[in-house]
Amino acid sequence: MAVCIAVIAKENYPLYIRSIPAEQELKFHYTVHTSLDVVDEKVSAMGKALVDQRELYLGLLYPTEDYKVYGYVTNSKVKFVMVVDSSNTALRDNEIRSMFRKLHNSYTDVMCNPFYNPGDRIHSRAFDNMVTSMMVQVC
Amino acid sequence: MEPGAAAAVGTAGAVGAAASAGAPAAAAAAAAGASAAAVSASYCPLPLPLSDGEQQCYSELFARCCCAPATSSSFFSSSSSSSSSSSSSSSSSSSSSSSSSSAGHPQPAAELGRGASLPGPAATAGANQVGDLFRASQLPAETLHQITELCGAKRVGYFGLTQFYVALKLIAAAQSGLPVQVESIKCELPLPQFMALKNDEIRYSNPTELHGMKCQIPYVTMEKNSFKRVDDGEKQQEKMSPIMSPVSSPPSSPSSYQRVPLTYGYGKLRSGMDQMHAAPYETRQHTLQQEGSTSGSHGPKPTRRQTSLIQSLSVEREPQESNSNYPDDPWRITEEQREYYINQFKSLQPDLSSFISGSLAKNFFTKSKLTIPELSYIWELSDVDCDGALTLPEFCAAFHLIVARKNGYPLPESLPQTLQPDYLQTAFLKPKWDCALFDSYSESMPVNQQPRDLNRIEKSSIKEKTDLTAPAQDVNIDDKQALKISSVDEAMPKDLSVDTAAKPGLLPPPPALPPRPLMSQVLHHNTSNDSISQTKLPGQLPGYGDFRLLEQVLLTQIGCVWWNFREQIRKDNDLQTKEQIAEEKDLCQTEQVSEIELHPQLTRTPSQTEESGSPVKKDLPHTQPPSKPIRRKFRPENQVMENQEPSSVSGTSSVPTVPTVKPHASIQKQSSKQKKAIQTAIRKNKEANAVLARLNSELQQQLKEVHQERIALENQLEQLRPVTVL
Repeated sequence: MAVCIAVIAKENYPLYIRSIPAEQELKFHYTVHTSLDVVDEKVSAMGKALVDQRELYLGLLYPTEDYKVYGYVTNSKVKFVMVVDSSNTALRDNEIRSMFRKLHNSYTDVMCNPFYNPGDRIHSRAFDNMVTSMMVQVC
Repeated sequence: MEPGAAAAVGTAGAVGAAASAGAPAAAAAAAAGASAAAVSASYCPLPLPLSDGEQQCYSELFARCCCAPATSSSFFSSSSSSSSSSSSSSSSSSSSSSSSSSAGHPQPAAELGRGASLPGPAATAGANQVGDLFRASQLPAETLHQITELCGAKRVGYFGLTQFYVALKLIAAAQSGLPVQVESIKCELPLPQFMALKNDEIRYSNPTELHGMKCQIPYVTMEKNSFKRVDDGEKQQEKMSPIMSPVSSPPSSPSSYQRVPLTYGYGKLRSGMDQMHAAPYETRQHTLQQEGSTSGSHGPKPTRRQTSLIQSLSVEREPQESNSNYPDDPWRITEEQREYYINQFKSLQPDLSSFISGSLAKNFFTKSKLTIPELSYIWELSDVDCDGALTLPEFCAAFHLIVARKNGYPLPESLPQTLQPDYLQTAFLKPKWDCALFDSYSESMPVNQQPRDLNRIEKSSIKEKTDLTAPAQDVNIDDKQALKISSVDEAMPKDLSVDTAAKPGLLPPPPALPPRPLMSQVLHHNTSNDSISQTKLPGQLPGYGDFRLLEQVLLTQIGCVWWNFREQIRKDNDLQTKEQIAEEKDLCQTEQVSEIELHPQLTRTPSQTEESGSPVKKDLPHTQPPSKPIRRKFRPENQVMENQEPSSVSGTSSVPTVPTVKPHASIQKQSSKQKKAIQTAIRKNKEANAVLARLNSELQQQLKEVHQERIALENQLEQLRPVTVL
C-alpha cells in the first residue's frame, strides 16, 4: 500500500528508507525530508504528554496531488514516515495505524538484537521482509 | 550376495587393471560403469574431461556418499571380499588396493544399481561421508577448504553431483602436486587416492574413527576388518579426542572455540555421536585394546553403542532413519554438540532455565570472529521471541548457526526446523538414558522454586568452599536467606514472632546479619557435633561429601555419560550410608515431638513444603510454653537437627526412606529404578532440606529470644542482688 517507508532517527537522519518504484526514490526522499518539519511541528504542538498510541500516530502530515504522507513518532523520538499513493482507494485510518504498529513492532525487534547499535542503519532481514510485505501490496 | 561376490571376484582383476591403468575396464564392469558414467556424464554440466575409470571411481564414490549405510554395508561386504581378492591378485601397494577396491565397487553398485541404489543427478552426497572421504585423501585442511570452496559446494550449500566430481578432481590434482585451481583439473589426472575408507560404514556408529588410518592389511572378512579398524581407530580416537573433544577447556574457550568449529569441518557435525561414546569408552578401550580385543569384546561394544545411540535419539524417529538422515542435515544438532553448547551456556549462565542477556551473548559470540552483520543476522534467526535474551534452545541454535557459518555453510533464510526452540526443547527433554536426570531437574524446577534456589546457592557455595563445615554454615545462611526471600510469597501464619522475624521479605540481608554471631555459636556446636556425629558414623562423611558432589554434578553436567557410572557407584555407597544414618536417627528420634511431626512433613508432597513448615511452627508454640526442661531438650534436638541439616542432603532422605530403604536395597539391581529412586530421593532431600533449614532459622530466632530473656533475667538478678548482698 505504501510506496515509501522511512525510519528517521531522533537526530533526523534516516535509519532506513525504502521506496518503490525505484526511479522515484529521490523524490520520495525529498518528500520524507520535508515531512520531517511537519512532524516536528505536530510533536511540539502536542506538548509533553505523549503517552498513548493515539499520540504516537500523527496522522496525515500533508497531502499532495499524488500521494499522502503519514507520520508516526515513537517515545524515543524515532519517526516513521509513510508515503502512500493517492491513486489507491483511500486507505482507512485504521489500516495506516495498523501498518505503523507493525512497523513499530519490527523496529522493536531490531532494537532487541544486541548486535544492533542504536543509530546504525537497519539491515535486518526480518525488517526488510516486513516492509516488503507492506509495500508489495501496491503493485 | 554370493553371486555378486563371485562376479565381483571375476571382474575384480580386470577392474583392478582398469583402475591402475585408467584404461577402459572389462566388458561387464565397463557396461555397468558406462551406464553409471552415462547417467552421471549426461548430468555433468561442467566441461570436465573424465575418463571412464575416473567416471566409475567418482560415481561409485558419490554413490557411497549418498547411500544409506544399510545398503552400503551390504555391498561393502561384497566389495571387501572382492577387494581382498583383487588386492591379493594385483599385489599392488595399499593405495592402488584401495583404489582398486574402490573401483571394485561399480560391480556391486551396478548390480544393485540397476535397481535404484544409484543416486540420481539431483542427489546430494552426505556431508559427513564427503568429509570423511576428503579427510581420507590426507590432504591438509586448508587444501580441503579450498577445494570445497572451489567446487562450489559452499556456494550451493551441499555436495551435488557436479560439486562432488569437481572436488574429487581437485583432490586428485592436489595429490599429484598441482595447485588447487579450476584450471588444474582440466587435464588428465590420476585417480584421487583415499586411504582405508571402506570399512567404516559397516558399524555406522563409528564412521569417523578411521580417518587417517592406514590399514594395509588385506581384509579377509568384514568382521575382522572392523575389529582391527575399530581398535586402531580407537587408538587414534584417543589421541585425537583430547583435541577434538569439545567438552574441554571453557577457560580457553576462544581458542577451543576456534578449534572446535575447524574440527567440525566437512560435515563432522554429525560425527559427534561416536566421539561422545568414544570419550566415555576411552577407558574401556584402553583395557580392551590391551586385551587384544577379539570379536567377543568388540561385539558388545558396538551393540552397546548402537543401543545407546538409539536410546539417545529421539523417540519418534526410527533409529535407522535417524542414523542415516543425520549426516545429511547440517542444521541438526548432535548429542556432543548439544552437550558442548549446554556447557558453554552454563559458563555464561549457570541456571539452565534462565536466559543469557543480549550484551553477554554479544560479547560471547563476538569471540567467534564472525562479522557483526552476520552475527546480527544469526541473532535474528535464533532469537525467535525477540526479547533480546537467549534461552537455552535459542542459544544452542545460535551457536550451531555460528559453527555452521564458520564451516562455510551459508546462513539459511529462515531458521531450520531442527533449530527451532520448541523442537530443541523437546529434544532436550527426550528420554535419553542420561536425560532422566535432566527430566527430574526440569520438572522439579517449576514445582520447586525453593529447592532450586537452595541448590543453586548450595551449588555456588559448594563450589567456593571445600570443607564440610564451611558449606554447612554457608548453606544454612544462604538457605535462610533463600527461604526468607521466598517465604514472602507464602501466606504464613503469623502466630509467632519467629515468623515475623523470619519473614523479612521487606528486610533482606541486614536482619540475617545480627543472628549470624549467634548462629556461629550455634554452628560451632553444630560443627563440634558434626565432628562427633561424624566420628560416630565414619561412613557418613565420605557419603555426605560424595552425595553433595553427586548432586552438584547432576545439576551441572546433565549430559555426561561417564558420570552415570560414577553415580551408580556413589548411589550404592549412599544407600549404605543412608541405612546407617537411618539407624542413628532412629536412636535419637524417639521422644522428640517435633521430630515426629517432621516425619509426616518430610513425606508430604514437594509443593507443600511451606505448608509443612507452618504446622511445624504451630508445633513449636505448643512445645515451647510447657516448660524449660523440654526446651532444654530443644537444644540437643536442635543440634541433632542441625547435625542432620548439614547431612540433610543425604540424611533426611533416610526419614522418608526408612520404610523404603529395604525396598531400595531390594531393587538395587535394577538401574533404572535406582535412578528414579535417586531422583526422588534428591527431590525429597531438597524438600527436607528446605523444611529443616526453615526450622533451623525459626529455632535460631527462638534461641535468640531465649538468650534475650536470659539476659533480661540476669539483669534483673543483678538489680536484685545488691539487696540480698546487703
